[in-house]
Amino acid sequence: MTQVKTTINRRSFIKASALAGGGLMLSFSWLAGCKPKDEALLTVPEEWFEFNSYIKIGNNGVVTLMSPNPEFGSNVKTSMPMILADELDVDWKNVIVQQADFYPERYDRQFTGGSQGIRQGWKPLRTAGATARQMLIDASAKQWNVPAKEITTEAGMLHHKSSGKKAGYGEMASLAATLPIPAEVAVKDVGDFKIIGTSRKNVEGKNIVTGKPLFGIDHKVEGMLIAMIVHPPFGMMIKSLDASSVKSMPGIKDAFTIKTLTEDYERNGFDTTSFLELGVIVGNTTWEVMNAKKALKVKFELMPEYSMTMQQFGRGKVTAIMPKGLESTEGHRTEMAKASKRKGDILRKDGNPEAAFKNAAKVLERTYSAPHLAHNTMEPANCFANVTADKAEIYGPIQAPGFITDTLAARLGLPKEKIHIRLARMGGGFGVRAYGHHLVEAAVISQQVKAPVKLIYTREDDMTYGIYRPAYTATYRAALDKDNNLIAFHVKGGGIPEHPIHANRFPAGAVDNYLAEGWAIPSNITIGAFRAPRSNFNAAAEQSFLDELAELVGKDPIDFRLELLERAKNNPVGKDNDYDPDRYAGVLKLVKEKSNWSQTPANVSRGVAAYFCHNTYVAEVVDLKLAGNNPVIENVIAAVDCGIVVNPDAAKNMGEGGIIDGIGNALFGELTFKDGVPDKNNFHQYKMIRQKESPKKIEVHFVKNEEDPTGLGEPLFPPVFAAVANALYQATGKRYYDQPFAKHVEMSPSRM
Amino acid sequence: MAAINLNINGKKQVLDIDPKTPVLWVLRDHLNLVGTKFGCGVAQCGACTIHVNGNAVRSCILPVSQIENKEVITIEGLSEDGDHPVQKAWLEHDVAQCGYCQTGQIMTAAALLKSNPSPSDEDIENTMNGNICRCATYLRIKAAIKTAANS
Ligand code: FES
Ligand code: FES
Repeated sequence: MTQVKTTINRRSFIKASALAGGGLMLSFSWLAGCKPKDEALLTVPEEWFEFNSYIKIGNNGVVTLMSPNPEFGSNVKTSMPMILADELDVDWKNVIVQQADFYPERYDRQFTGGSQGIRQGWKPLRTAGATARQMLIDASAKQWNVPAKEITTEAGMLHHKSSGKKAGYGEMASLAATLPIPAEVAVKDVGDFKIIGTSRKNVEGKNIVTGKPLFGIDHKVEGMLIAMIVHPPFGMMIKSLDASSVKSMPGIKDAFTIKTLTEDYERNGFDTTSFLELGVIVGNTTWEVMNAKKALKVKFELMPEYSMTMQQFGRGKVTAIMPKGLESTEGHRTEMAKASKRKGDILRKDGNPEAAFKNAAKVLERTYSAPHLAHNTMEPANCFANVTADKAEIYGPIQAPGFITDTLAARLGLPKEKIHIRLARMGGGFGVRAYGHHLVEAAVISQQVKAPVKLIYTREDDMTYGIYRPAYTATYRAALDKDNNLIAFHVKGGGIPEHPIHANRFPAGAVDNYLAEGWAIPSNITIGAFRAPRSNFNAAAEQSFLDELAELVGKDPIDFRLELLERAKNNPVGKDNDYDPDRYAGVLKLVKEKSNWSQTPANVSRGVAAYFCHNTYVAEVVDLKLAGNNPVIENVIAAVDCGIVVNPDAAKNMGEGGIIDGIGNALFGELTFKDGVPDKNNFHQYKMIRQKESPKKIEVHFVKNEEDPTGLGEPLFPPVFAAVANALYQATGKRYYDQPFAKHVEMSPSRM
Repeated sequence: MAAINLNINGKKQVLDIDPKTPVLWVLRDHLNLVGTKFGCGVAQCGACTIHVNGNAVRSCILPVSQIENKEVITIEGLSEDGDHPVQKAWLEHDVAQCGYCQTGQIMTAAALLKSNPSPSDEDIENTMNGNICRCATYLRIKAAIKTAANS
């Protein structure tokens, strides 16, 4: 057992409880919906006792665990409570999981993104579980008049061995909940975990397969109206909106425009609004509003350049410029090609790269590119809002509720405490639902029409609204001496409107002379985090380049990387290298073993890639073949080091998803623009990976260690882009530099 | 507006509605059956799949007039308590990530197994190709269909 300090302060906790507005209300149907398994065991207790923000124990021993973070499919609603339950030492089948509302006074970090839920929740959740357990022990010690340290717990039971006394948690809960919170508690040793490390099914599984209303878009209250938006192309704004063009249509209440932000509002970086003004139609039913949306007469005009102040993480206050003009992908490409030739901002420099390149025996230089991508969550943006004179009730899909409350408060003119955000299960997030513009829009509309409103984006709205993965390019150069030793490495990357470079990542630290540069071109097409931001391009480019470089120096691609990592471990170059060379090498070695690397199976071509991002190490091998010019992925073998794996089968599911998503975007993902308008607005145009293009098989192997756990939502996604490109090279004899790859796939004449 | 005779999940009722309204919105807005999901509205994603006379159909482009007096089953009516073999297999394989597409996937899969009780990999791939899963749970979907077929 390890002692940890508890940070729960009883007074602030009680204050927070009072704010929550009293006790927990439970109904039988709710209880029936959320139990993990074994229906017979759970009955509603007569009384609940609250131990802390996460844990309530009923007098009959049933336990309610609050899941703090919003759920978008990474299964935190199961895995975070598993951590609580293990330290609390209860039987998982007696546990009910409930989604917490957004409640910053009670929960540390209600943010789903950056693969940080489990990593950052690990200590607080363990502490909360262990604290409640200790309080139950203390209560028993008091009641039984025995020393607390002689009392043991198991599966929701307290035992005192020498006296033979025992009790269920439910029996001790009322006394325990009144005891002082211990200043320090013991958490389990890794070897003592009973729930962590075992596969537990999704607590919402049954609700999902039976179609229960879990999502924001499913929400409905009496008197609720439906709202939809109309937005201009990028670079334009609304000139006029003719409400009379739709007002007499059946079911239509009103049409108007709304301002999405308060003038001069200082943004926080997650309140990206693509358009400062939107057209809105409000009516009774979705179909009626959809029809009116088609008929609505709205005129657009060119938007002048404007600037905005933003507070950005780590960068403080910055002024961002939204340029004017109607942008097209063709123009972007020309601009990017020009910018690539100029010097960028120096992000990191080790040694003397200029001299090394000058003296090199050989230089390899390659340029990579990737287009804008739309997130295309299956659930389009939507939000329910009911704003009255003195408060706002919001319910919708949001990864980062904490980053939109100030925006809501400012725009609605309400104090922050009067804004209550409840967290709907999200039908996908992938980064885009960190941006809460739809919450603000729904709230403003509700405030204006003085009624509860559900805002729904059509698929077309969702795909053309913006907040895309930026378009990127990067040129990689490697200098070799006459013995094929890598003496210098140079990456210069840029994008619209940000560069992708993580300057301190591998192979920085492994090469004596190293230079990383970045540049950016402003754009009025909005961008945002997309599953493993920047890494999703870097991994593709850098790991394809290393493959080509290994070939040039005549080395096996895995051995080549391992040699570089050995160098970074034994004699690292520079400071701030953002990886642990041993753990990085560990996943390469594991994938080598699990893929039986030296023996490529018959009839397939293989590629390998590895990457470290979001605190997790991943190496992947892709086996593919071609059917005509269509790649068929036979197998993907992944090796992952994310420390302790909390819920192994769910972790594999996440890994499989990341891999298939990566293959899909590598082969097909692309959004282009013409005069400020996206060329695609629905799935007949935007090709998503489907069942037929999915790999036939995926293996996800985890490195076994006792490191604190890190996340899995993102890390398996980036390297697969390069593993696909490298396998395609083996299959076709042609290198793939520009995403999406599928349209370039063809056999080189020499291989036909 | 017109009075339309509906038979949904075994329940007969008459609804006075614009006959062009897609079944998807009749289910979601008028009948409170929200398990059928909106994904694209143009028959490209499969999120809105229901059964009409036993066939898997995309409800987002199907005018309500077309289901008059036909037998419609939605996810809510597929089984009494989530115990259809396909739903059980879905739980066994813990298929869902976000879960949004899954009711549509299940309805497509259930119709497939009805007409083809032991589908080949290719049959599964062809039939399920119309249902997008953005979370990319495709391998588990395929595995669950095989489990359901064998049950
Ligand atoms: S919503 Fe009907 S197929 Fe997409
Ligand atoms: S589970 Fe998220 S879209 Fe399929």
